[in-house]
Amino acid sequence: MAIVAQSSKYGDIGRAILAWAVGLLFFFPIFWLVLTSFKTDADAVKPEFLFFFTPTLENYLNMTENYDYWRFATNSVITSVFATVFALAVGIPCAYAMAFKPTRATKDVLMWMLSTKMLPAAAVLYPMTFLTKSLGLFDTHFMVIVVLMLINLPIVIWMLFTYFKEIPKEIIEAGQMDGVNTWGEIREILIPLAWGGIASTALLCFIFCWNEAYWTVRLTTTEAATLSKLIEGNRAPEGLFFGRLSAVSAAAVGPIIVLGWFCQKQLVQGLTFGAVK
Amino acid sequence: MGRIVLENVTKSFGSTEVIPPLNLTIEDGEFAVFVGPSGCGKSTLLRVIAGLEDATSGKVLIDDEDVTEISPSKRGLAMVFQTYALYPHMSVRKNIAFPMRMAGMSEEEQEKRITAAANSLNLTDYLDRKPGQLSGGQRQRVAIGRAIVRDPSAFLFDEPLSNLDAALRVGMRLEITEMHERMKTTMIYVTHDQVEAMTMANKIVVLQAGVIEQVGSPLELYHRPRNKFVAGFIGSPKMNLIEGALAEEHAAHTIGIRPEHLSVSDKEGLWQGTVGVAEHLGSDTFIHIHGIEGCDPMTMRAAGDVSFKHGDRVYLTPDATQIHKFDAQGLRIE
Ligand SMILES: Nc1ncnc2c1ncn2[C@@H]1O[C@H](COP(=O)(O)OP(=O)(O)O)[C@@H](O)[C@H]1O
Ligand SMILES: [Mg+2]
Repeated sequence: MAIVAQSSKYGDIGRAILAWAVGLLFFFPIFWLVLTSFKTDADAVKPEFLFFFTPTLENYLNMTENYDYWRFATNSVITSVFATVFALAVGIPCAYAMAFKPTRATKDVLMWMLSTKMLPAAAVLYPMTFLTKSLGLFDTHFMVIVVLMLINLPIVIWMLFTYFKEIPKEIIEAGQMDGVNTWGEIREILIPLAWGGIASTALLCFIFCWNEAYWTVRLTTTEAATLSKLIEGNRAPEGLFFGRLSAVSAAAVGPIIVLGWFCQKQLVQGLTFGAVK
Repeated sequence: MGRIVLENVTKSFGSTEVIPPLNLTIEDGEFAVFVGPSGCGKSTLLRVIAGLEDATSGKVLIDDEDVTEISPSKRGLAMVFQTYALYPHMSVRKNIAFPMRMAGMSEEEQEKRITAAANSLNLTDYLDRKPGQLSGGQRQRVAIGRAIVRDPSAFLFDEPLSNLDAALRVGMRLEITEMHERMKTTMIYVTHDQVEAMTMANKIVVLQAGVIEQVGSPLELYHRPRNKFVAGFIGSPKMNLIEGALAEEHAAHTIGIRPEHLSVSDKEGLWQGTVGVAEHLGSDTFIHIHGIEGCDPMTMRAAGDVSFKHGDRVYLTPDATQIHKFDAQGLRIE
């Protein structure tokens, strides 16, 4: 008994060390990014200033003064929020139908939706560019919102479907017997019951939208450009501006890290599924 | 009002036909029980009536109105599920109020009905709790409360008591029966338990593999089962079905005799056997007897104080007026 207890105690310590190691590994790039953002462009590439340097806010001041950080940030917020809201507005009824009124095709439809995520984005780059330009939607908020919504919709529907599946069918049927119509079922029963799952889905969708770079970089120039575009724009054709780039990047990922931090409990609960009952 | 008519209703899931064409009328105010072995299609039939499943063909009529294409929410029926199916995110009060709120009833009227339902179902102290904080019996009461407040034209129950323990089950059985006596609303009640069927129903519908074997009052089914299946299904302990020489004496393929229509003696009688097990219930004794040709073991019901035990040699005598005769197809011979 004693031996078992001891070995499990060592096991716990081992796991703790491992968890910390993995955690630090993931945290390090963020840490390095933030650290570098306080160095001047010149200091940033000098090995002697790796850890010890004179911190400066120059990069951040530069960014808001010269690059219009706030416009990019506002665009990021607008496009991510609306894309998430629309993805849920489409995804909730869709997942509801598949979870509670399944047909023989339901499984295939789900698979097909997921399969769209397997298509390399580059494969449709030209058609997308052509389409948005000829429709006059290039570099508009509307287009960015639609694109962000569409690329996240499969994941959103898939996640919601998994949460909705957890709700006993009889509860929805009881609602039907009690006289609610389909919209009432969704509003009065489904959404309140799957609230945790819906919130996690929304959060994840928002994070994906915020971080999306492939399309936002290629389909915008100035009007609808998001923070991803701002980072891309600082990729320095003029030279190696690591300090500046780091500041821009830190300011771009900052909000999402803070959001993730505050919602981590919600996220973990939601992502482990089955929190509905 | 709540007269429910099924006209040539069928139901298939994919290519499996669960209910072949079926006709049935349930009169207004009746307490109808669908009874049959597990998997025979009772729930499916109830759900077709409710509208939760679409009939594959045929018609469902409520008060002469064809509701086959009408959604469950508009059929004016209330249902109580085996799993209670309460709304876990709402308090008991809100659960009971839900159908009234959906119907747009005034707050005042809602409150009045909630109070009345809570009183009659002993839920007054629990109105502000969530379903998760209630016992199984209490949850089932809430489900019943939610069903009664809206004055449905009929109640549908799908094995509402099978998740409760035995003692509670008997109590709830009485409550539901009494509720029916008071309200006189049509009720359709699904169960696999023939005791529930016998004690609660005005009209029992015996189902097997989606086919109605017999429809009738409990006593009709008890006294004149239409076939061997009904004979064996209704009554507890089961009717003894005897084949072979003893049956041929009565010019039948099979004869049936209920345990309560046999008398036992240690000295003389028509059929001889040995006691396998004697089950003492206090009020009665069920004796299971081996060695009688064509039916092993044969069960008989004796008085509570008889003292037969394993291995005793006994003689059984059937009450000749109570012998049921069946032909080779299992149909009753008069
Ligand atoms: N949704 C369904 N899909 C396929 N088969 C089903 C479905 N529901 C019920 N069945 C089948 O129909 C038959 C009758 O089921 P059911 O009505 O639930 O029986 P009961 O309530 O009498 O136990 C069973 O064989 C069951 O497997
Ligand atoms: Mg059933």
